[in-house]
Amino acid sequence: MAQIILFAPLIGALIAGFGWRLIGETAAQWLTTGLLFLSCLLSWVVFLTLDASVTQQIHILDFIRSGTLDTAWSIRLDRLTAIMLIVVTSVSALVHLYSFGYMAHDHAWKEGEHYKARFFAYLSFFTFAMLMLVTADNLVQMFFGWEGVGVASYLLIGFYYKKPSANAAAIKAFVVNRVGDFGFVLGIVALYFLVDSIKMDDVFAAAPQLAETQLTFLWTDWNAANLIAFLLFIGAMGKSAQLFLHTWLPDAMEGPTPVSALIHAATMVTAGVFLVCRMSPVFEYAPEAKTFIVYIGATTAFFAATVGLVQNDIKRVIAYSTCSQLGYMFVAAGVGVYSVAMFHLLTHAFFKAMLFLGAGSVIHGMHHEQDMRNYGGLRKKFPMTFWAMLIGTLAITGVGIPLTTIGFAGFLSKDAVIESAYAGTNGGYAFWMLVIAALFTSFYSWRLMFLTFWGEPRGDKHTHEHAHESPTVMLVPLGVLAIGAVFSGMVWYNSFFGHTDTVGKFFGVPYAEAEAHGDAEGEAAAEGEHHYVLTGAPGEGAIHVAPGNTVLDDAHKVPKWVKVSPFIAMILGLAVAWWFYIVNPAMPKRVAEVNRPLYLFLLNKWYFDEIYDFVFVKPARWIGGFFWKRGDGNVIDGAINGVSMGVIPFVTRLAGRAQSGYIFTYAFWMVIGIAVLVTWMSLTGGAQ
Amino acid sequence: MTIVALAFYLFAICAIAGGLFTVISRNPVHSVLWLILAFLSSAGLFVLLGAEFVAMLLVIVYVGAVAVLFLFVVMMLDVDFAGLKAEMAKYMPLALLIGLVLLMQFAIAFGAWETSQGADAARAAVTPEGIENTAALGLLLYDQYFLIFQLSGLILLVAMIGAIVLTLRHRADVKRQDVLAQMYRDPAKAMQLKDVKPGQGL
Amino acid sequence: MIQADLNIILPEIVLSVFAMSALVGTVYTAKDRAAGLLTWVTAGVLALVALWIGLTGEGVNVAFGGMFHDDAFARFAKVTILLSAAVVLVMSQDYMARRGMLRFEYPVLVTLSAVGMMMMVSAGDLIALYMGLELQSLALYVVASLRRDSMKSTEAGLKYFILGALSSGLLLYGASLIYGFAGTTLFSGIIGAAGDGQAPLGLLFGLVFMIAGLAFKVSAVPFHMWTPDVYEGSPTPVTAFFATAPKVAAMALFARVMHDAFGGVSNDWGQIVSLLAVLSMFLGAIAAIGQTNIKRLMAFSSIAHMGYAMIGLAAGTALGVEAMLIYMAIYVTMNIGTFAFIMSMEKDGKPVTDISALNMYAKREPGRALAMLVLMFSLAGVPPMLGFFAKLGVWRAALDADMVWLVVASAVASAIGAFYYLRIVYYMYFGEEGETLETGRAPVLWVCLMGSAAVMVLGIINLFGIEGAAAAAAATLVN
Repeated sequence: MAQIILFAPLIGALIAGFGWRLIGETAAQWLTTGLLFLSCLLSWVVFLTLDASVTQQIHILDFIRSGTLDTAWSIRLDRLTAIMLIVVTSVSALVHLYSFGYMAHDHAWKEGEHYKARFFAYLSFFTFAMLMLVTADNLVQMFFGWEGVGVASYLLIGFYYKKPSANAAAIKAFVVNRVGDFGFVLGIVALYFLVDSIKMDDVFAAAPQLAETQLTFLWTDWNAANLIAFLLFIGAMGKSAQLFLHTWLPDAMEGPTPVSALIHAATMVTAGVFLVCRMSPVFEYAPEAKTFIVYIGATTAFFAATVGLVQNDIKRVIAYSTCSQLGYMFVAAGVGVYSVAMFHLLTHAFFKAMLFLGAGSVIHGMHHEQDMRNYGGLRKKFPMTFWAMLIGTLAITGVGIPLTTIGFAGFLSKDAVIESAYAGTNGGYAFWMLVIAALFTSFYSWRLMFLTFWGEPRGDKHTHEHAHESPTVMLVPLGVLAIGAVFSGMVWYNSFFGHTDTVGKFFGVPYAEAEAHGDAEGEAAAEGEHHYVLTGAPGEGAIHVAPGNTVLDDAHKVPKWVKVSPFIAMILGLAVAWWFYIVNPAMPKRVAEVNRPLYLFLLNKWYFDEIYDFVFVKPARWIGGFFWKRGDGNVIDGAINGVSMGVIPFVTRLAGRAQSGYIFTYAFWMVIGIAVLVTWMSLTGGAQ
Repeated sequence: MTIVALAFYLFAICAIAGGLFTVISRNPVHSVLWLILAFLSSAGLFVLLGAEFVAMLLVIVYVGAVAVLFLFVVMMLDVDFAGLKAEMAKYMPLALLIGLVLLMQFAIAFGAWETSQGADAARAAVTPEGIENTAALGLLLYDQYFLIFQLSGLILLVAMIGAIVLTLRHRADVKRQDVLAQMYRDPAKAMQLKDVKPGQGL
Repeated sequence: MIQADLNIILPEIVLSVFAMSALVGTVYTAKDRAAGLLTWVTAGVLALVALWIGLTGEGVNVAFGGMFHDDAFARFAKVTILLSAAVVLVMSQDYMARRGMLRFEYPVLVTLSAVGMMMMVSAGDLIALYMGLELQSLALYVVASLRRDSMKSTEAGLKYFILGALSSGLLLYGASLIYGFAGTTLFSGIIGAAGDGQAPLGLLFGLVFMIAGLAFKVSAVPFHMWTPDVYEGSPTPVTAFFATAPKVAAMALFARVMHDAFGGVSNDWGQIVSLLAVLSMFLGAIAAIGQTNIKRLMAFSSIAHMGYAMIGLAAGTALGVEAMLIYMAIYVTMNIGTFAFIMSMEKDGKPVTDISALNMYAKREPGRALAMLVLMFSLAGVPPMLGFFAKLGVWRAALDADMVWLVVASAVASAIGAFYYLRIVYYMYFGEEGETLETGRAPVLWVCLMGSAAVMVLGIINLFGIEGAAAAAAATLVN
């Protein structure tokens, strides 16, 4: 069954990509979509019937085998994989379906140009690569999937390859990811160097030893576990667009909107989070690396939220929102509650994919107008989309009833993250960043809603008159995702963020009743609750939590004000947005003028692109130009051209002249040859 | 100096002189004649070595047949040897230099000539006692060198095929006598009587 | 005793008798009318004898007092020679028949020449060597001028003949010096007499002259001058023959003389051979650049390839001989394909040899152009093709023998040489639109071209297993 899940998208991609001329474009679309739905259905079956306590390893075929390196290609099926399976295949299947409508009449292509089969083939190929990533049983296989999704992402961002900006964005995404991938590769190599294996089981088993190993790298001694975790996290940063390597994600919005929904919201960008969770046995022994993750994640969440406040492109707002939410997930992973990170990943996939698809629906209906300043009052024109977007916004801003487990998906998962952050850092930097980010999230999400669906129509009148609701085929995915956005939090709250024993059972990690140690434990015991800790050895179960890591448990015992704080932040954000965009629409402009430097700072995304351009791109271009013009052009080309256009033709002419056609010339050469050889022999040969 | 030694030097000098003048003489007919001198001198050397049969072969085959054939060919062909020689003269100084270099090196090599141990023994007593050298040659040719002998035959066969392939041609524009056709000619079919009406052609 | 000897040379006897009876039989019956049939039959006989030798021969058999060696090395070379001769005959038939050149003597001469080559590779004696060489060469001189109404063909034959005679003279002079030193013409005697390392000057001079004579046959620089003229002047099928079987025979003979008779002084001849190899590679690569006639170009190409093959010889090890044998086998296969293509080049029924005629050929005949592209890449030694592995083999052997400079030089030469191979590809794919080149529809040529190209691609899997045979062959020669 797992094989079918894995290969159905590949088969679809191959047939649609190479055989669409034979079967026709429409058939190719139906085929890929059908196979993906099959894969999705089976994934749900796997997820629901999974016996989490057993990690299945399904061998598919041998790959590289050289010395002690053995990278058999097999599927590692545990709870983590199962979660990713449903996320990837569900969103992908819905995006396939949605693309029927969205890509039906693309303005970028002329009449008679074929692009649909290609698009669907790319989508299916991406899905295959993503499934390879999440089912990997060794790091090389994971890296294969990792690069596969990179390629698919490149192809899809640059799908409108006639547009220079799309090409530039595709290249940027690829190059920035390469920086991260380099860290990932170094991490894999370091693991192989120390563990002599890159199989997950071996690596996990060796994790405790790694923590006690010193490794010299870049002339410095490092703790091996910390170094490896750090390197792996650099890979994760690239893929998941964390601060410093985030610049590609907003630009990636050049791709078609379904792509943004699938790759740059729900699946690929979460690969980094998945990587950290998957490698939790290693990260658990790397406290410094974990701290680093928390800081990066929190800062990203804050930074992206601030930038999102002022963006005008509807897709870019959601893109920064994605970036910010990924920061949340990393904070959860960084403090050691991997289940919560996965929880937010799951819920986020639903509501963020829906927001993107909703935005796509608006863009589609508005003839590819993406600037929110030209929207307004679209509630009437897009009733279904409006409701879907509203649900998405409620989910992402975290609407629910405080202190209960009733609310939209984002409410539960985000609160879980924030509580974990408080527990994990004792109310430190990360917690406050996340709360502020929650406020900003609420503000920009509602700003998006108000600008788009409320108020008076702005911008081109013609466009507004012709605006139309999207076809059913695009609305159905929205509906399905809406269900997820509403209920996924409530349904799985206990599995991901319930009591330790439920979580342990869900992830297949053994647990045991805690010995009474420390004040918190004693207090808990005094209250008469059952109190458990996860006790699995590294590699046992889907995630690993080091002994003494009680954040999951502590998160439930944070003060009440902490639990309520995200809700308050959300309300504040909503209120301000309401004030700015409904009650007093002139207000944003005034605020922007008063705080012009700050506004520009945010509008220009903290000048990251400019700084990178100055620090990296320009010098690299200069060095490249130098080597190109001076090194390659003058030295190498000069020498080669000199030899190949001067010396060699000269010798050729000489040889041609020697070939006179006269026998005695030929005989003469033979005699000269003899004379030379004889002389040589008499000078150097034999007895001499 | 014994008479044998005298004869040897005479023949040797004649052979070398013959070879030299074959190359440098201006008239090709003269060249062939010099060549004949070289052959004859070599035959003399063979006689001195006691290989009378080989000497006779040299005289009969090379002088009697090959050289005479050469003579005819050279006389029949009208080749502008002078022109070729003029072209060759351009290379003469260099050629002489190279020749000199080679000669000096050979002088060194022959001056310090040494043979391997046992080489003389391997060469000595080629002709067994009590057998004439013709018979000894025959024994060698048909026994020890049987393979080589047969191969020589094949080479000659190829030479013959080659000569025929390259020269024999059936030219369509030349009338040939076909004896059989003449013999089986049927007079009745050779001639036809036709009744020609007045005022009309055939 | 003679019975045993005759058994050992039975394949040669069979071929000779076949040639003679075919000659007599055709002379008295159909003459040139049967030439086509005879060509096919001869090809079949050659192929059968090749199979016979390849499949049944085993061990080391010495006949005629050491003059004839039948060992794995000889058998490897013989199978290559006979098969390539058979294929070339098959390719010639249609081409020559359509141009009225097909004469019944042609297959007979090729067969006799093949017998000469078999004698060469089996020679264990200087006289046997010379006889085989002459038998082979004489037949070649004749077939070179087969088209005797053509000035160029006649000239080619004559040039080849005269220069060949000169080289035979050099070889004989060397042989007589060696005989003078060793007192015997048997290789087994010479190797004993030459001893190890300290060869006297006289023997070395003999060696130099022998090498010069042999180098002429493999057309190594500076004894190569005849090659372009003869290749250009001879009828194309004959050129194809020249470029294949005789080259294998000459290289094999070269290796046999060097290792069997002079194995002890490999340092000395190793120097000479490596010098010849470097000169050949560079001259072959550089001089070919200026050529516009594809047959002349292939002549220089074969000069360069002989240079690469001689690297294996220069290494002086069993690995080197093995690499050389594999190189020759691959080289022959590539050349058969390329000449099959050249033979199919024509315009208005007339053969065309100008490479500019290939302009935009790929547009009209994509399949053939692709096959030719594969062959050209392979000849140039571009990695995925078999030609690269041939070069890799000799390089490995040279590195093994600490001849790094030779490897570097040959890599540079092959980079230069790649130019003209790729130029042909360039013409075929990106050239200017010009007059159209027709290609003959002879299925034999098509099969040879495609087969050869397919071998170049598929062979990289395991070289069709010839590696083992070559290794065994090299082991019997070098010990």
